[in-house]
Amino acid sequence: MKPAVFAYERPSSLDEALAVLGAHGSDARPLAGGQSLIPMLTLRIARPSLLVDLGRLSELDRVRLDDGVLEIGAMTRQRRIERDTLVREHVPILAEALRFVGHPAIRNRGTIGGSLAHADPSAELPAVALALEAEIIVRNSQGARTIPARDFFLGPFTTALRDDELVVAVRFPTLRAGTGWGIAEIARRHGDFALAGAVAVLERRQDGSCTRAAVALFGVGTRPLRATASEQALVGRPLSTDVLREAAALAVDAIDEPLSDVHGSVSYRRQVTPVVVRRALEAAVQRATA
Amino acid sequence: MQLVAISLTVNGQPVTAEVEPRMTLADFLRDQLGLTGTKLGCEHGICGSCTVLWGGEAVRSCLALAVQADGATITTIEGLAADSTLHPVQQAFWEEHALQCGFCTPGMVLTAVALLQENPEPSEAEIREALSGNLCRCTGYQNIVRAVRVAAERMRSGRGS
Repeated sequence: MKPAVFAYERPSSLDEALAVLGAHGSDARPLAGGQSLIPMLTLRIARPSLLVDLGRLSELDRVRLDDGVLEIGAMTRQRRIERDTLVREHVPILAEALRFVGHPAIRNRGTIGGSLAHADPSAELPAVALALEAEIIVRNSQGARTIPARDFFLGPFTTALRDDELVVAVRFPTLRAGTGWGIAEIARRHGDFALAGAVAVLERRQDGSCTRAAVALFGVGTRPLRATASEQALVGRPLSTDVLREAAALAVDAIDEPLSDVHGSVSYRRQVTPVVVRRALEAAVQRATA
Repeated sequence: MQLVAISLTVNGQPVTAEVEPRMTLADFLRDQLGLTGTKLGCEHGICGSCTVLWGGEAVRSCLALAVQADGATITTIEGLAADSTLHPVQQAFWEEHALQCGFCTPGMVLTAVALLQENPEPSEAEIREALSGNLCRCTGYQNIVRAVRVAAERMRSGRGS
């Protein structure tokens, strides 16, 4: 199928874009990279009356380090983030997670703001944002507000964004020296949406005991989920194989509204959740130094 | 009906047109410019047969609107060969029997060209990962992977064929 008719605006500045969105509300959809929205238009799952192309907003395409926080503009292409030296140095898990996002052709156009605003429950970037406790900066024509990742993702393709708001940037706390991190997922083919995935971030002491743990799941619930039971089973304990396995098993407790579709049933996703958590934790332990 | 003026470069030539905003770049290239080398397989971003180069980078033209390509430099499969001299990747595909029906081939070739621009000496695993977004129903991929390796070697040693 081809997309239905829609009106089109191509603002040259953020203020202009916000003014247009403010005037049209829910009838308008912003277009970032289009890698999720355009297929929805083609399949006519989405039928906005107006598309607001953000492609000229170069002010939103940037990566910068700001006092211990890595700030990435919403229109920054995923491929750029994957290769960026600041990202690889300060938030390397972001670069690694992007390897699982679609394929290079998708990432050449897809943006970080678009991925977060789209909030696909099987997507990697929302889970990374949740694990790292990122802050999402949004604006409308009245002003800006900061939404912590834990308050941003509400359900399938549903975020805390209002109709007239745009994500303008994401702020990631940089990883402390010695932090271990890992990401693992199970998908039918490389680049497919995850049937189950986990992001793990660990810090440990000289004696090997865990001082901080963040585990976020994707692909198994209606939104990315923090596996708090797993995290609690790790902090203060030695990061041995048995401890990791025990913590991984507890991750299923986090799945309150399970995801199920033709690609994977509820029971399958539940069964493989501890596997991906364990793999992500093992990778994180390998990378962690005191 | 709203028409938007766009101007872009396609295969080295300047192009100006008026398009409906809902027209995809793929349909613009095929229907308005007559460049039917770019194929429509799934039209929702999975199969890769619509792949073109945008500023030298591989993109899925079914996942771009023509209006977004205003100001862009696009290369389609038709733009690869220099007169009658095939690009090394095309030559290698031919010699290594890396195509049967040929439908996935433009997308495969352009994705390989983009890969080799960034990584002139890819391992087999890297080639397979880079091509994992391009589906082929005929070949089983073996000869495609070999053709990319052969092309990479030739391009590194400065020979076209």
